[in-house]
Amino acid sequence: MAPVAPRSGDAIFASVERVNAELFTLTYGAIVRQLLTDLEEVDEVNKQLDQMGYNIGIRLIDEFLAKSNVSRCIDFKETAEVIAKGLVLASLKSPVKHLPCHGSAFKAIYDITSVGFKMFLGVTASVTNWDADGTCCSIVLEDNPLVDFVELPDTCQGLYYCNILSGVVRGALEMVSMKTEVTWVRDMLRGDDVFELQVKLLKQVPEEYPYKDDE
Amino acid sequence: MAREVSEICMDSVLAEMVASYCNRFYANKPDLAARRIEAIGYQVGHQLSERYTMERPRFSDHLEAIKFICKDFWSEIFKKQIDNLKTNHRGTFVLQDNKFRWLARMSVDPSADNGSNEDSSATVAESKAAQAMSMHLYFPCGIIRGALSNLGIPCAVSADMSNLPACSFVVRIKA
Repeated sequence: MAPVAPRSGDAIFASVERVNAELFTLTYGAIVRQLLTDLEEVDEVNKQLDQMGYNIGIRLIDEFLAKSNVSRCIDFKETAEVIAKGLVLASLKSPVKHLPCHGSAFKAIYDITSVGFKMFLGVTASVTNWDADGTCCSIVLEDNPLVDFVELPDTCQGLYYCNILSGVVRGALEMVSMKTEVTWVRDMLRGDDVFELQVKLLKQVPEEYPYKDDE
Repeated sequence: MAREVSEICMDSVLAEMVASYCNRFYANKPDLAARRIEAIGYQVGHQLSERYTMERPRFSDHLEAIKFICKDFWSEIFKKQIDNLKTNHRGTFVLQDNKFRWLARMSVDPSADNGSNEDSSATVAESKAAQAMSMHLYFPCGIIRGALSNLGIPCAVSADMSNLPACSFVVRIKA
């Protein structure tokens, strides 16, 4: 049985329950602030935010697969292709002309992140800067609701304020068999013009991919 | 139009925040975890009520302020108003939400159905589940306390979830 037609990030975002972003933004800010008080070390706060994101990411992937109608895919390759064809193109404001061809698996990064950011946060993320062997790319966000009203004081210069996002990406990708390392390259809170997350593929374990349900 | 994010983002972040404080940072100190979670809520409530009252005249009395929490403030956060407000006219207010969103989709600890039929273990599991759930209520209690404190009303807020999915918040204004 063919999978149900996949849906775009925009369509999903329009159809899910949504909340006032201000509440979300201030809640995240209050959490970061409390962590800084309780954990004292900025590095430790970075680590814990990443861990929280990871824990969220490994659960959000289910929501992503369910809502985007790709849950019945036979294997990872098919999932990647279904999402790539259907969702990425529809979710990005400017159509993508060149999907990188370095293994269909790695396209999933493309799909999951760009659709995911739209369907969860309501913002558009793009994927660029692929390296030659297709194991490293960047997720670029021009807008990010987490940082509305935020300014970093001098005492927090080492803080990766949005580190929860890198954790989410890492966790979600791990659930589709890709061990990655996700690091911040550019950060608007540090004066850059966009947010840029670098995603590096460390290991791919396709045999662990759980979606092998019967035809 | 006001900016929005998917509700699951909010739910995920809240659940993860509570889990981090209860299971990682203060694993064997539920009181400390509860206090931190409440403090986070307080901060959020304080800031939100500042924003939502910017264009308003000052409230003339406590009841006016509480009504603002029940109507406008609650609607901004939950897209619905508080369903029932009671007061003893001596500084205690009970705000009841008949279907409190942040508890509506919470599942009970599955270990409750695991094997054993003994009443005692079921009761233990149940009280554990209740405790875990109550951890989630410190955040909204903190929000209400923070919001009222920003309006110049110091108070204590507790929650009662004996009638799930309804949830009541008891506000005791400090004289």
